[in-house]
Amino acid sequence: MQPSSRHFPENARRALADDRLRAMLDKSASGFRLRRRMAADRLPEFEALRDRGRDIKDHTLAHLDLYLERFEAQVRAAGGTVHWCADAAGARDAILAICRAAGAKTVTKGKSMIAEEIAINDHLEAHGLVPVETDLGEYIVQLRKEPPSHIIAPAFHVSKEQVAESFRAAHTALDPARPLDEPSALLAEARAMLRRRFHEADVGITGANLLIAETGQTVIVTNEGNGDLTQTLPPVHIVLASIEKVVPTPEDAATVLRLLARSATGQEFSAYTTFSAGPRRAADPDGPRAFHVVLLDNGRSALMDTEFREVLRCIRCGACMNHCPVYGAVGGHAYGWVYPGPLGAVLDPALIGLAEAKHLPNASTFCGRCEEVCPMRIPLPAMMRHWRRREAEQGLQPAVTRRGLALWAWFARRPALYHAAARLAARLLRRLARRSGTLAMLPGAGGWTRHRDLPAPEGRTFRELWAERRTGDGP
Amino acid sequence: MPAVGLFVTCLVDLFRPTVGFAAVRLLEDAGCTVAVPDGQTCCGQPAHNAGERGTARDLARRTIALFEGFDAVVVPSGSCAGMIRVHYPELLADDPEWAPRARRLAARTHELVSYLTDVLGVAAVTARHDGAVTYHDSCSGLRELGIREQPRRLLASVAGLELREMADTGACCGFGGTFCVKYPDISDRMVADKAAAIAATGADTVLAGDLGCLLNIAGKLSRDGSPIAVRHVAEVLSGLAGGTPPIGART
Repeated sequence: MQPSSRHFPENARRALADDRLRAMLDKSASGFRLRRRMAADRLPEFEALRDRGRDIKDHTLAHLDLYLERFEAQVRAAGGTVHWCADAAGARDAILAICRAAGAKTVTKGKSMIAEEIAINDHLEAHGLVPVETDLGEYIVQLRKEPPSHIIAPAFHVSKEQVAESFRAAHTALDPARPLDEPSALLAEARAMLRRRFHEADVGITGANLLIAETGQTVIVTNEGNGDLTQTLPPVHIVLASIEKVVPTPEDAATVLRLLARSATGQEFSAYTTFSAGPRRAADPDGPRAFHVVLLDNGRSALMDTEFREVLRCIRCGACMNHCPVYGAVGGHAYGWVYPGPLGAVLDPALIGLAEAKHLPNASTFCGRCEEVCPMRIPLPAMMRHWRRREAEQGLQPAVTRRGLALWAWFARRPALYHAAARLAARLLRRLARRSGTLAMLPGAGGWTRHRDLPAPEGRTFRELWAERRTGDGP
Repeated sequence: MPAVGLFVTCLVDLFRPTVGFAAVRLLEDAGCTVAVPDGQTCCGQPAHNAGERGTARDLARRTIALFEGFDAVVVPSGSCAGMIRVHYPELLADDPEWAPRARRLAARTHELVSYLTDVLGVAAVTARHDGAVTYHDSCSGLRELGIREQPRRLLASVAGLELREMADTGACCGFGGTFCVKYPDISDRMVADKAAAIAATGADTVLAGDLGCLLNIAGKLSRDGSPIAVRHVAEVLSGLAGGTPPIGART
């Protein structure tokens, strides 16, 4: 996916003008928020569980090499193969090579954000393969030729009427007059279309919510069961995962799973939690004949010794975006790359560069809701501030911002001048507002007055009046 | 009698001196002596949030030096109080001379309503305000400093006042310092949602503890032609609301 993050303001403006998008964003986000709140309230130890989740991830990250090597050894012992990939191109090549060796034509896919990150579908298509998304949301956005707009709900932005339009356009062999008003009708149709694909598939690719070092297992959670069909039916199963997904033990995995579904969808557990441990064994009735884990770094290990290390605790629940007022206003596509919302504002600059993604950590009021709900207690606002600091250090800020801040800082170090400037501004703005109490326009303040009036000051500063009070002639 | 240093904040000084006098009255009524150190300017928050760490650290050191002699530093703003309480110790953590001073000042710095209730144990005020008000929770006060029940408790003691809660009281109003001018369209969506939530309560006045949010909300309500009055919560609690027109109101 070509990033368009540098055009965030224009992307956002377009999104804000889309009333249909707005209705979907309001509906989807408020549902997620309510369900998370209820799930958290039902579990007395939820806050303690967050601490444990954070500690597990911190411990694992501190010994990441050890746990990854342990994981690899266990996968190999079970008859699988681990492919270490430094970057997106490496992962694409590894996957294509596996598909070619298997003589594959159709590749079914479970939901995976890493797959979006390395743009594997485009790569497979360019080499004559047919990737088929099997998660309903992913299937919908694939038909619409869009990227996902949310990390757990890819079609977060799409209404059921739009889904029906896309299905009619894509499923041309079906009766054009069939009713598609009910979500159940849409679901049944998608299921029927996908069933055939599951059987055709030569390779199944899934992501991984967790990798377990002690057992060499990979874990996915889904609500549709599509992941199981993707990984069980084809002869080859490829697990695509980034390195920070590993945890030491099954008990640690259980802690993370208890946090994940509650934070994501407000479920206690997802409908399906599937553990994979290598290819089919002699006595197994089903399962793939070959099992590959493509392990992707793609810039993550470079974050280990930086102020962004803690973002590697992320378990991709999406709670930060569900609670973010900026995401709620503009939706996922405006962010212009794979990871939207507060997570994207921290992760995207690391993965696609600060020059491309510098708007994302700036487009935040630091309202703090993301950090408040993050199950891994990632200090997302502080990390956005770290990016702003790097932006300032690298001189990437717009010149007008830089000059404005420098001028303000010069005054702020000189109290007498600062107070004099405040006195002057208070009088001037008061006079301009006359008796109306507000200013509808002010040169240089278009950012404020485009949508708002500027309330006028009372006319004299607190310090002036305070000085008078102390000498006995004030209020 | 605690000796309180009042950190006025830039926006109160320039836009709304009434809030400063309201803070002084509330503090004096609670038995404090209040001083306003002359040399104070800005807490450094705009620089800190813009990633200008050097400037933020300079301004933090200035503020610490000016205020460290007081028993308490009181700020009529959740975000400026949060800057001193939460961010100064982080900013100066690697400075052996200033880190302990930053921590000491942080521990003694409080947002106004939190100081009155949590520290001084004030449970009621003597003011009167006839009408229905709604209260917006500012982000920093709510999520950095844990201020939620305190202003509601004091408002409940104001004679004649009825509190009507809006939906999602803790949703950001879209101010966010320079955010509101850097991303005006997104900010507008947020403040429009906030204004709608305020209007839906039927309250005649909206209160909050941060002038940034209040200027944003007042500016939006004014642009929409709404008659809803906008005030800092300290104005109502101190009884000074009667003497000054609401923020952005016709005079």
